[in-house]
Amino acid sequence: MANKIFVYIDHFEGRVVPASLEALGVGREMAKTIGGGVSAVVLGQNIDDIVQQAGEYGTDEVHKGDDTALKDYRGEAYASVLSAVAADADVLLFPTTGRTRELAGLVAVDLETGIIPDVIDYEFDGSSVLATRPVYAGKLLTKVVCAESRPQILTLRSRAFFKPEADSGHSAEIVDIGVDIGDMATEVIGYGESQAGVSLTDAAIIVSGGRGVSNNASLESPADISDEAEQEIWRAQQGFKLIQELADVLSAAVGASRAAVDANYIAYDNQVGQTGKVVSPDLYIAAGISGAIQHLAGMRTSKTIVAINKDADAPIFKLARFGIVGDLFDVLPPLTQALRERMGL
Amino acid sequence: MNIVVCVKQTADTAAAVTVENGKVSWGDVPMILNPWDEYAVEEALRIKEAHGGKVTALSLGPENATDALKLTLAMGCDEGILVSDPAFAGADSLVVSKIIAAVIDKIGDVDLVCFGRGSVDSDTGVTGSQVARRMGWPVLNLVSEITDLDPDGKTLSVERMLDESRQRVRASMPIVLSVVKEINEPRYPSFMGIRKASKAEIPLWSKDDVGLDEVPQSAVSWPEIFAPPKIETEVEMIEGDTPEQKAVKLADRLLEEKVI
Repeated sequence: MANKIFVYIDHFEGRVVPASLEALGVGREMAKTIGGGVSAVVLGQNIDDIVQQAGEYGTDEVHKGDDTALKDYRGEAYASVLSAVAADADVLLFPTTGRTRELAGLVAVDLETGIIPDVIDYEFDGSSVLATRPVYAGKLLTKVVCAESRPQILTLRSRAFFKPEADSGHSAEIVDIGVDIGDMATEVIGYGESQAGVSLTDAAIIVSGGRGVSNNASLESPADISDEAEQEIWRAQQGFKLIQELADVLSAAVGASRAAVDANYIAYDNQVGQTGKVVSPDLYIAAGISGAIQHLAGMRTSKTIVAINKDADAPIFKLARFGIVGDLFDVLPPLTQALRERMGL
Repeated sequence: MNIVVCVKQTADTAAAVTVENGKVSWGDVPMILNPWDEYAVEEALRIKEAHGGKVTALSLGPENATDALKLTLAMGCDEGILVSDPAFAGADSLVVSKIIAAVIDKIGDVDLVCFGRGSVDSDTGVTGSQVARRMGWPVLNLVSEITDLDPDGKTLSVERMLDESRQRVRASMPIVLSVVKEINEPRYPSFMGIRKASKAEIPLWSKDDVGLDEVPQSAVSWPEIFAPPKIETEVEMIEGDTPEQKAVKLADRLLEEKVI
């Protein structure tokens, strides 16, 4: 009998997106209820390592589409292959990334079925998955069900589910997909520089800065910066240096509030919140962030929140487990130093 | 360039959204143009200003949801269309994409459809892709820059934000793009624009106008909507005489509690 659960393995430059493995874990759990095995799907070029990894994480079968036409992710090409492979599945799982949000939407149209993005929890309602997902940037939750159409397509939010243990002794049956891609309307020319460091959505620890990072009047900007706005940005960059140093000690990612991004202190890629990235790390350290409702919406599910703010009435303290009333410029350097010593770095 | 920009009217993001008996309320905050869509409107207008053509703003929603469209007109869009029909209530993205694709088909000869990266309410971010697939067009989501656009050769090049890196892609039109906020800085509507928009009639397209005989059944439904469990935290304020003392104490507490 063909497997009922398919898991799409997302990867970039030879690295599996960690949430793909979480999706494999969910697939195995689901199989206990609806039966059958779990099939993984890996598309790309020269992907043997990724195929093998999918096997080690407990799939029974890996469908491998290895072709020059699939060298780079392109929605149209990937969707056509995946829609054919997973057409008879009951459940098709994706990790949630920029690529898969697009891909899952395309496949849902091909197979005329429902899509449930950003799933953070699930239960079964009969043979259908009743999935929980945030709306209004997590201010509310909905339970969503795809009652009749199949496959039920879910993208799983990063870090919402446990990553299963690898078993290097386990290997899956590999099924080669015949890939036949004609002319495509898109052509990938290349890539920009990769993001340095830990990605925000995968990070176990995030250190974030807000508007407060420029708030150090005692810092003299270099004489050659005369423009007031640029002086402010320069001061903010000194603040973000302190944040980066703490992040380095903790192997953490660096985040920012919308205020800091809008003021050009740091790139938009780092923005956490309703109009940025929604994150759920084990530890979130907010420095100089007052906690506007839009920011809280993007990080409120963090396991432990630490707030460092000059204003004792800042709303961020209401969500925090630990708080320090103080200037981040005074608090971060000794905090970084103390952690470095205690962690033996 | 014949450009369509798809927008949604949403509650202001500053709203403290609440739910009672399955009914969502956002208090008395104003309804606004979905913040992501402002960037899509701005980009569409910039393309028109550079290459000529027409920008049509398209929205699907209740029949009184004209404020967002009025704002797009005030910003400079040539025309707004509100697609509204009681039969569309509860439509999921699969059905919404079918409706929007039908409208784009009806408008005809469209080169480019722009979306914001998602809406701040339902937050699915898949409608643009699904419209593209229905049209048989390519889609490029999360575009942070259009680096090149040739209206005669019907090609464009973009840079888009993947999670790990920027991907540079060349594509042919017609195409669907979704844009991120980095792409531009949306303009404020001009005084003249606001006056023009306030007088504008926004045509309402029903399912018959769209040309859909039958509205397909949604594949997904959301039987429950509820407030997330309250996070019960008691903040432990770290005290000390100096910032250094507080910092050291915090480091110790984080290790004691095995947070790190």
